[in-house]
Amino acid sequence: MNRRGYYGGFGGAYIPEILTATFAELTREFDAAKNDPSFWQQYRDILATYSCRPTPITFAENLTEYLKGARIYIKREDLNHTGAHKANNVIGQGLLVKRMGKKRVIAETGAGQHGVATATMAAKFGFDCTIYMGEVDVERQRPNVFWMERLGAEVVPVTDGTRLLKDAINQAFRDWVTNMDTTHYVLGTACGPHPFPEMVTYFQSIIGREARKQLMETEGRLPSRVYACVGGGSNAMGIFSGFFADPVQLVGVEAGGQGLETGRHASRLASSDGSVGIAQGYKTYFLQNADGQMKETHSVAAGLDYVGVSPILAQLKESGRVRFETATDVEVLDALSLTMKKEGLIPALESSHAFVQAFKEAPTLSRNDIILINQSGRGDKDIFTIADAFSDPSWKKFISKKATKYHA
Amino acid sequence: MLESYLREKRSQKEILLMTHIVLGYPSFSQAYRIVEAMVEAGVDLIELQIPFSEPMADGPVILNANQSALAAGSSVEQCLAFAGEVCARFEIPFLFMSYYNILYKYGVDRFAAAMAKAGIRGAIVPDLPPEEAEDYLKAMVINQLAPVFIFSPNTPDQRLQFIADHAKGFIYCVARTGVTGSRTEFSQQLDAYLNRCRRATKLPLALGFGVKDKADIDFLRGKVDIAVIGSQTIRTVDKKGVEAVEGFIRGLTL
Repeated sequence: MNRRGYYGGFGGAYIPEILTATFAELTREFDAAKNDPSFWQQYRDILATYSCRPTPITFAENLTEYLKGARIYIKREDLNHTGAHKANNVIGQGLLVKRMGKKRVIAETGAGQHGVATATMAAKFGFDCTIYMGEVDVERQRPNVFWMERLGAEVVPVTDGTRLLKDAINQAFRDWVTNMDTTHYVLGTACGPHPFPEMVTYFQSIIGREARKQLMETEGRLPSRVYACVGGGSNAMGIFSGFFADPVQLVGVEAGGQGLETGRHASRLASSDGSVGIAQGYKTYFLQNADGQMKETHSVAAGLDYVGVSPILAQLKESGRVRFETATDVEVLDALSLTMKKEGLIPALESSHAFVQAFKEAPTLSRNDIILINQSGRGDKDIFTIADAFSDPSWKKFISKKATKYHA
Repeated sequence: MLESYLREKRSQKEILLMTHIVLGYPSFSQAYRIVEAMVEAGVDLIELQIPFSEPMADGPVILNANQSALAAGSSVEQCLAFAGEVCARFEIPFLFMSYYNILYKYGVDRFAAAMAKAGIRGAIVPDLPPEEAEDYLKAMVINQLAPVFIFSPNTPDQRLQFIADHAKGFIYCVARTGVTGSRTEFSQQLDAYLNRCRRATKLPLALGFGVKDKADIDFLRGKVDIAVIGSQTIRTVDKKGVEAVEGFIRGLTL
């Protein structure tokens, strides 16, 4: 039988019959676009004029000095329009939607970054847009909800299940099985049924292609190690794509939440809690119980708070090509503080996970080594969460005042 | 064999009725009473849905039943035990309906053997297309169980045949796009689709998604072999309690 989109034993397309024709159309269109040299050019041109591509790499001189080890470079995906690497994927899928002649897009979002990116793309390309977001995430990522609505998208809070990213994905699929004739589901990460893992990786590979070229131009050599945070895995797949053929260690960092021993985390690959299963249309490691029911995950970073992980990363773990580590909520805030103070950069809470592991390893490397961290997004969206985590007194005062004003 | 049972029944009745319950909803003891009432009311076969945390193809009514059953602690072992009880007690055939992870996590071979042991006759797994079903199909054949596959209105003719080649028992025809429990227009459009289904297979045809009352079932007489009532029974239980089930089902086929 025709086994579609497998990476070792992971991936596949476990889709209800009603979506089979829709997936066939999407796969056809994606394959045609990939084989059309003008498509990648068009993709690059739009990102160059709309989203600041190529994003630079920044030499973190002060952090390098402070940690007394490897030379630290940071790939600045936070400088994309809407503040994260998510812009790459949505523009790519948006171009496919135009080719397919569809008029409406839907998306799930966790942190809200993918939702905001999709809403901007929909506005630019003239599509109707509905975003599904877990109620818990609506609560903790309010500023992104505000922007999505202002950009003309309808934001639907999802109140089922754990009210997180996975539940938003289920709800988006329920919309899609109803409206597939007019609608494309802009899946935000390298997960889900084939061709999504391959397609999202293809669009995000622009990160790694650029970063490799930039390092060769600046330093004339490859990094020893590359670090990326891993939620669904799109930014990691993006930056790793540039280095698969090179003798470079690739390190994915998952959400350790309150610590692996507490069970309150979202580590599917680095912890021993993940097991292979099939849900949301694909086969990978999930955090699930013995019956196959998905568990509640936890992370301070909404974008990493997900039960599954890219099937391509699952295969790369099995093959040993990518090493997986975890960072706890507490470590993440420390790394974020240090990065702000030393470099004036504000990585998103998600991206800060990659910084944690890089900071642990940098001092163990020599001054001749180079390491590259993917700053997948910017942290200003997290202002409420970060202010709470630091228990910032003047912020609290400001919010109370603001609240009083609204009630006046 | 499930197919021969259905043919035999069909020779006596113009249309057969398949109903659906979510195991452990509202509780296992009430689910048992619902099955009892359904059999009493003359239902021809019943799908027992093993609840799953990510029921992607289900609409709000069945989704809620899945979540409530899981919140109350419904486990796969309990579902298998329940299946064993109802299969032993009632003469009509029972099928399992669930998502593939439930089978996969249990071990597909082990699960199929457990189904056979419980007396279950077949299974409907909406997120498992034939392309991904190699292990499942093998296990179902070994245990003489019917793998029921799904047709949808946008399935091309050639694929209808491909699906039918892997199916046993009957074919579940989804009436429309969308999830379970939403409205379906029972119109002439449906006829063209059902004619395509009929041409693609000799297996009995069931039609589900949005079938909710006597008028819908009357419309389907002579067009399909089995009408499937899903969400509407759960709505009845939610609104009027378990006691209302028998009357509701009797009213469908009078």
